Amino acid sequence: MDHLFFLLTLAAYLGSFAGYVGYLVAGREWSGRVGTLLLAAGLVAHYCALLERSRGLHTVPYHDLAGSMSLFGWLLALTYLSLEVFHRQRSVGALVLPFVLAFFLFAHAATPDHNAAVPAKGVAFALHVTLSILAYAAFGLSCVLSVIYLAQQRLLQKHKVGNLLWRLPPLDLLDRMSQSSVLVGLIAITIGTALGFLWVDRLTGALWHYDPKYVVTLLVLAAYVIYLRLARNPGWRGSRASRLCIFNFAIVIFSFTVVNLFFSHAHRYF
Amino acid sequence: MEIVLVGLNHRSAPVEVRERVSFTADQARQAAEELRARGIFHETLVLSTCNRSEVYGVPPEASRESAAALSSYLSSFHAVQLEQLDGALYRHHDRHAVRHLFRVASGLDSMVLGEAEILGQVREAYRAAHESGATGPVLNRMFQGALEVGKRVRHETELGARPMSVASAGVKLAERIFGKLNQRTVLVLGAGTISEQVVAQLRDRRIAHLYVMNRSRDRAELLAREFSGKVINWEDWDAALAQPDVIVSSISTEEPALKQAMLERAMAARGNRPLFVMDLGLPRNVESSAANLYNLYLYNIDDLTQIVEQNRDARQSEVPRAEAIVDEHVDKFLTWQTSVELIGIVEALRGKLKEERAAFVHERVQRVPNLSPEQRTQMETLMDELLEKLLLDPARRLQGEKDLRRKIQNVEAIRDLFLPGRERP
Repeated sequence: MDHLFFLLTLAAYLGSFAGYVGYLVAGREWSGRVGTLLLAAGLVAHYCALLERSRGLHTVPYHDLAGSMSLFGWLLALTYLSLEVFHRQRSVGALVLPFVLAFFLFAHAATPDHNAAVPAKGVAFALHVTLSILAYAAFGLSCVLSVIYLAQQRLLQKHKVGNLLWRLPPLDLLDRMSQSSVLVGLIAITIGTALGFLWVDRLTGALWHYDPKYVVTLLVLAAYVIYLRLARNPGWRGSRASRLCIFNFAIVIFSFTVVNLFFSHAHRYF
Repeated sequence: MEIVLVGLNHRSAPVEVRERVSFTADQARQAAEELRARGIFHETLVLSTCNRSEVYGVPPEASRESAAALSSYLSSFHAVQLEQLDGALYRHHDRHAVRHLFRVASGLDSMVLGEAEILGQVREAYRAAHESGATGPVLNRMFQGALEVGKRVRHETELGARPMSVASAGVKLAERIFGKLNQRTVLVLGAGTISEQVVAQLRDRRIAHLYVMNRSRDRAELLAREFSGKVINWEDWDAALAQPDVIVSSISTEEPALKQAMLERAMAARGNRPLFVMDLGLPRNVESSAANLYNLYLYNIDDLTQIVEQNRDARQSEVPRAEAIVDEHVDKFLTWQTSVELIGIVEALRGKLKEERAAFVHERVQRVPNLSPEQRTQMETLMDELLEKLLLDPARRLQGEKDLRRKIQNVEAIRDLFLPGRERP
């Protein structure tokens, strides 16, 4: 069953990617619609795959690195689809789907870690982890949008007006999409972090236990609040804000990898 | 049901002839009425745009003479000698007429390939003709088909997607930066024809503010009045440059009027908000080094012309896809037309067989001895049932099977075979 959902998800994501590419490269409206529909189908199949995987291992999907990556890919796709519907703009789908596919394939290629310690249980903890991964996915999406912004701006400034340029979203819209994505991330990480503190408080009776992850998370929070503030300033809006957004995501990656693997004792894969 | 088209366009006739043969809305209505009153057509529609005048019609009888009658009518209506029109007019019938209209609605027959306005003009011509009762089932179906083809070509191909003039390329590039322009401010430097073209396009995008600067204040005021803008004094450069999101410049000048230093000051004053500068002047109006300023996008006339050239090639490459959509809809229309004609033939055949049956009964059955009136009625009923059975099956198949209707190319042959001597419905 797990394998079936894996295949269904893979087929849907690949089909969605092909649909989005057809829309971006050849400007076929129907192809874009197919991309959107298959992405929605892929999300359902991916959710079932995550569920089956958790049942098989008798634990939550984020108990090991592979599970966390798969959940990250799912939330990235979900955030993107929400942004696409909200902003009525599907031309960046072709540039986001490769990341979704990469996370999905990486997660499912990795052998599940049966020996990984079973994580803590409880609704507060589950929400803490899910919202944190959602925040990382939203920040990742804003980073992709910022890279597209800078690339398109460069093309416009160098007068390289090719086929793609007419189909990508206008710079102003890319900027707004990136801000929306960061806003989703900020709300998710704020609630997620608060739930984390509450859960620790309930478990140990103390709200604060020093963990380098706390410091880096607060730094990420501050960095994105500053981005959101500056991105609304006319002088910063656009390329400067996009560069800042990419820099902020570098902090997220640092938090996700170096801090988790080498410094944090309570956070492993999220 | 013959369909006739007689018309002229930018390819077949010079502008002197086109302007003499064009129709105003009232003239189009009058011509349609007269063509029907004279019995040349019983359905008709006049399509007249700046590049074409075409009359579509369905004559009451099948006759190749209706095209000639229409040509004569056009000659007398516009008081142009027939000899003058003869070389300029094209005449199409049936499939070719339908195909021509579908190509027109798609923008494939336009002077600027893929231009968008033609679809609206076809829609308007059809609306006017339909409201005045000049069209009937054939032209209604044909023009509804044309509007559908036009929409499909616009949605499914890139034939009309990219700008084809310097003015529209500039405006579309501004949209690449700002998205919708309805909240944006535009400054126009110079009040020449090209500025007017750009401003006309910007007005369609409902820009928030328009400012005009020109050496001659009178001309600036004229342009500003036409497009609901405001005039800025020629000397107030710093104040003028601090406001806009888009600058359109086409000043006649020996040296660049907009120096890098001026724009640098302007960018600082406006908090480095993005600024799109369209330099349409020759010699150039803007110092080229200004392109390096942060958040400033500078395009001169050569850059924009190059984009238009690229787009022309890109549009040309979309033609086969658009033609395929046109052909698909032409087949669809002709299949519908055939089915309508075939159903008419079946009805006529039914009538004819009933007449034959009545004559047959009258002549033969009365001679049979010892036949009671009840038996005679019974025999007549049986013969009617047999005839219905013979006709019902092909009629049902004609209604149900699209492919069969498509295969029957020559409806006239069927009519001539079973209904000799009858005219086309």
